[in-house]
Amino acid sequence: MEETKKNLLEVKDLKVSFFTPAGEVKAVDGISYNLGYNEVMGIVGESGSGKSVEAYSIIGLLQKPGKVVGGSITFDGQDLLSFDEEQMRNIRGKDISMIFQNPMTCLNPVYTIGNQLMEALQCHDDKITKEEAWDRAVHMLELVGINNAEKRMTQYPHEHSGGMRQRAMIAMALISEPKLLIADEPTTALDVTIQAQILDVMKDIQKRVNTSIIFITHNLGVVAEVCDKVSVMYAGKIVEQGDVNDIFYDPQHPYTKALLASMPRLDEDGHERLIPIEGTPIDLLNPPQGCNFGPRCKECRKICLSKKPPYADLGNGHISACWLHFMEGAAKKEEA
Amino acid sequence: MEERKKLLEIENLKKYFPVKAGFGKKQYVQAVESVSCHIYEGETLGLVGESGCGKTTLGRTIIRLHEPTSGKIVFDGTPIYDSEKKIAVPMLPYRRKMQIIFQDPSASLDPRMTVGEIVGEALDIHGLFQGKAERRERINELLDEVGLNTEHSNRFPHEFSGGQQQRIGIARALAVEPQFIVCDEPISALDVSIQSQVINMLEDLQADKGLTYLFIAHDISVVRHISNRIGVMYLGSMVELAESYELCNHPIHPYTKTLLSAVPIPDPEKTRSRVRQPLEGEIPSPINPPSGCRFHTRCPYATERCKQEFPKLKEYGPGHYAACHLLEDGKL
Repeated sequence: MEETKKNLLEVKDLKVSFFTPAGEVKAVDGISYNLGYNEVMGIVGESGSGKSVEAYSIIGLLQKPGKVVGGSITFDGQDLLSFDEEQMRNIRGKDISMIFQNPMTCLNPVYTIGNQLMEALQCHDDKITKEEAWDRAVHMLELVGINNAEKRMTQYPHEHSGGMRQRAMIAMALISEPKLLIADEPTTALDVTIQAQILDVMKDIQKRVNTSIIFITHNLGVVAEVCDKVSVMYAGKIVEQGDVNDIFYDPQHPYTKALLASMPRLDEDGHERLIPIEGTPIDLLNPPQGCNFGPRCKECRKICLSKKPPYADLGNGHISACWLHFMEGAAKKEEA
Repeated sequence: MEERKKLLEIENLKKYFPVKAGFGKKQYVQAVESVSCHIYEGETLGLVGESGCGKTTLGRTIIRLHEPTSGKIVFDGTPIYDSEKKIAVPMLPYRRKMQIIFQDPSASLDPRMTVGEIVGEALDIHGLFQGKAERRERINELLDEVGLNTEHSNRFPHEFSGGQQQRIGIARALAVEPQFIVCDEPISALDVSIQSQVINMLEDLQADKGLTYLFIAHDISVVRHISNRIGVMYLGSMVELAESYELCNHPIHPYTKTLLSAVPIPDPEKTRSRVRQPLEGEIPSPINPPSGCRFHTRCPYATERCKQEFPKLKEYGPGHYAACHLLEDGKL
């Protein structure tokens, strides 16, 4: 029991499939990771890489025809996949909360911000009085940097700007002081200056309430800014995982390397031509037999097209799924 | 330095959109307010700013997809619009020279037309071929140029991925062999790995055909990469304009400084050790923009003069323009 207490969340070999008329889509195909207490993990990937689906299955919001078909999710020592809807509802919003990408569509337009904030508290605590809930909600809004919190409580979502709504969403997610916060592209819909404000709020709050965060995004800059640990996903699999410094300064998987090289950077000196990743993401209905990234990989070998690569342990929790790590120098050349 | 040819010049360009504000009242969204600049032949001018700052409206007004409220547009030495002299030339011949690539590729392609029809339509309008065979050949040539297969010409837009759809949009813009293309957020709807493919293609096409771009995007890193010069917009007015390296490394306008410091850099140490200049508050409404300098409500250095007088772009270094009273008075 002591062992499992070390990690807040343990995901083992999680598989999620969507059963569509056209066939089974393996949106998440066997991913594993551990998230410690008070840790911020970034999940990066392109659209369709399965990063959101993975998060939805943790919080139990996976929509039909999606289904968890294998693996386990252990949260704080409990097996989340064995929970029924009632038990899940008790955890959701209390121990695990979520911030969604689009704050415009996630707030109820006919209730005031205050009403929605207090609801999050009252749902999980019958004894809390209205006054208490009100006070805590006001305090939370102040914490996320909303001025005039008392007045804001009585206003409706449409009276707030995009940045304000996202702040309210964060306040709502954090009001019950959850152990785990899942942030699904929380700043993608916002302008850079507002994004900077929101990231500052999240970093600040994370320190104060000791929440672990799973930060889902496609923006590598944002990951570099807030995360301790990074998982890079491609076509339903984690291709590389490690400490944020290892991923940015010493990437090992060809996809991670290619992703970093393909991005224009504000801090580049001259004009270097971008190195794009050729081709398009794979069709998940007909995944390749070998490595999912194989068809687009510049370093692709024969074996990459026929067998899925296992993880190579590179030390310090840094893992990468690529056949290249298992080849000696000579074999590398021969195969090529 | 030799004098470079200015392909496009705009002076005090304004675009207001009327909005209903109750009975008998008329209000305007002041989307573009007195913008003056020029674009040299063969260069890329980048335009950055937050949503609602009027960068798209400016791009569209320049090629007169929106009719300007007032101001002057000169293309290749000929005024195509001048509110003072009451010039507003017919645009059809100029549509051959100025084209646009839109932000959302799926929304800007007619779902009922095949790719061949979409690309060929411009050829039909301007009569750029003799005989069906030449038309077909030209369409194939264009598709080939943007990296699509010739057999794609019989398919419909929905059969393509986002990146490919954007390529169709680019082929359509190239069909009339324009000199000048407005690229309105051409890559923001695309995935990261596809973005760089399209950026490289736009650069290659520019080198091949000597195109001039106005490149509009909210992602400063992308604009910094592709542009020779960059203009920064805030609430309808241009606040700073300079060579892209100069602008990104030595910004002088307070807004540009804040904007740049907010961009996350994919380098953990650099991005965490940076001192950020926080920007308080929200962008004001363009219906009732602040008087004087539009940034004064959020500028940490604002003075009495900033509240009253609209600052004009002035040159502070070679080719480095900014619109700020404080710089003018040497207080920054």
